Amino acid sequence: MRNPQLDDKGGLQHLLTIEGLPREIITQILDTATSFVGVTDREVKKVPLLRGKSVFNLFFENSTRTRTTFEIAAKRLSADVINLNISTSSTAKGETLLDTVDNLTAMHADMFVVRHAQSGAAHMIARHVKSHVHVINAGDGRHAHPTQGLLDAYTIRHYKKDFTHLSVAIVGDVLHSRVARSLIHALTTLGTPDVRVIGPQTLLPMGVEALGVKVFHDMATGLRDVDAVVMLRLQHERMRGPLLPSAQEFYKIYGLTPEKLALAKPDAIVMHPGPMNRGVEIESSVADGAHAVILPQVTFGIAVRMAVMSILGGGGA
Amino acid sequence: MQLPDAEQLLARLVTRIKPDVTPETAMVGIYTGGAWLAERLHQALGLQVPLGTLDISFYRDDYSKTGLHPQVKPSKIPFEVENRHILLVDDVLYTGRTIRGAMNELFDYGRPAKIHLVVAVDRGERQLPICPQYVGADLAVPHGHMLRLAREDGGRLVFRLTAASSNA
Repeated sequence: MRNPQLDDKGGLQHLLTIEGLPREIITQILDTATSFVGVTDREVKKVPLLRGKSVFNLFFENSTRTRTTFEIAAKRLSADVINLNISTSSTAKGETLLDTVDNLTAMHADMFVVRHAQSGAAHMIARHVKSHVHVINAGDGRHAHPTQGLLDAYTIRHYKKDFTHLSVAIVGDVLHSRVARSLIHALTTLGTPDVRVIGPQTLLPMGVEALGVKVFHDMATGLRDVDAVVMLRLQHERMRGPLLPSAQEFYKIYGLTPEKLALAKPDAIVMHPGPMNRGVEIESSVADGAHAVILPQVTFGIAVRMAVMSILGGGGA
Repeated sequence: MQLPDAEQLLARLVTRIKPDVTPETAMVGIYTGGAWLAERLHQALGLQVPLGTLDISFYRDDYSKTGLHPQVKPSKIPFEVENRHILLVDDVLYTGRTIRGAMNELFDYGRPAKIHLVVAVDRGERQLPICPQYVGADLAVPHGHMLRLAREDGGRLVFRLTAASSNA
C-alpha cells in the first residue's frame, strides 16, 4: 500500500505519523534541523524559504505551546501564519471539517498544521487536499504527534550522538500518549536497541511489545542503566477514572525522584514533553536539575518544525 | 577538455589577495568546494579572524522549483559581520545565483563594510550583475556540464567535470 505521507518519488508530501516513515527521511529532518538551530542565534532569525506562503494553524483542540512553536517556526521561515481556533468558530456553527479546509484552501493556504481530538483527522485532510497543499499532524487523538517524537529524537541525538547503543525509558501513561507512540516509532526506526516503557498495567496499551519495546512495571528494574528517561504527563482527566488509584500513589511508584534517577546512567538525560505536573510525575529538583533537558527540548522543537515545513514546502525535486 | 590545476590557481590567488589583507579581514567559504578552497587560502594568507562557512540552501532562489537540498550543512560565521571586510570564496563562478544567496545570508548576520568575491574559476555566462575581484582563471565550460572542486584523500584540490544536474 502506498504511504499517504510520501509523493510518487518517495519525498515527504505530508507529515502525519512517524510509523512507516523511512529512516532516511527521519534522518534528513534531524540533519536539516541542526542547520536551523544556528539560524536562531543570528541578528536576523529568519530565512526566506517560505516567503509568500500561507500556513494555517488549525487547532480543534487547545494547545498553546505546540501552536506557538509551529507559529514561530513558520514565521522564522518567512511564511504568513494564520491561527484558527476552530472550537470557537465555524464548526460550532455546523460546518464540516472538510468544508472548513476547502474554504481555507480557496483563501490560498499552502500548508495546514492540524490538531484534532479525533485520531485520523489529519489523514483525512491530507487525502482531501490538492497536491500543492501540505498537511502536518500536530496531534490527533491518541494516535500520533510526529513533530514531538522527532524533537524528542533530535534531543536524544544532540546529547547522545548515536542511537545504536542507547537505552531509553518512557515512563507513565503510555496508553493515552500520542507522544509516546511517535517517539517509540522514531527510536526503533533509528536503530535504538533498547526502548523500554514503564508504567502500571492499566496505563500500557495491550500488546505494546509488538512495537519493539520492553515492558516494565517498576522503576527499580526499568530505569537501570538507561541513557535517557522520558517522563509523560499524567493527564488530570485520567486520574479520576478507574485506571489509577490516586495521583499520590502514582507519584510514590512512578514519580521521578533523585533516588530513582540514580538508577540510570550517571550522564542520563531527563526529558518531558510538557506541560509538567511537578509532584505528580516528576519531582521539582529533578525537573530543574542537571540531568533535565526539558527546556532545550522546546528550543529544538522550533528547529525541527522549521525542518519539516521547509522540506514539505519546497517544489518536488 | 583540459582542466586547470587547482593547486596552481590557489597559489595564484594567494599572491593576488595578499597585498589587500589586513588583520581585520575575514573570509567565508561557500559549501562545499568554496569551503575547501577558503580553508587553504585562510591558512596560506595567515588570516587572524577565524574562517566562516556558508551553506546557502536556505537562500536558494530555486527552492520552490526543486525543494530543499537533502543535505544542508549548518552555516558558521564565528566573527562579527557588522562593518567587516569579508572575502567571499567559491570554487567556480557561473550564473551568480549562489553568490546572491550567499550575500543575502551574510546580511542576516549584520551589515558588512565590503564584500569581495574570490573564485578559482570564472566560467562566465552570468545571469546576475555580479563581478569577482580575485579570479584564478577564466575558463569556458560546455553547456550541460558542471565544473567543481574535489578534495583528494591527501587534501590536494583538483577540478572535476561532470554531466550536470540543474544545480547552478
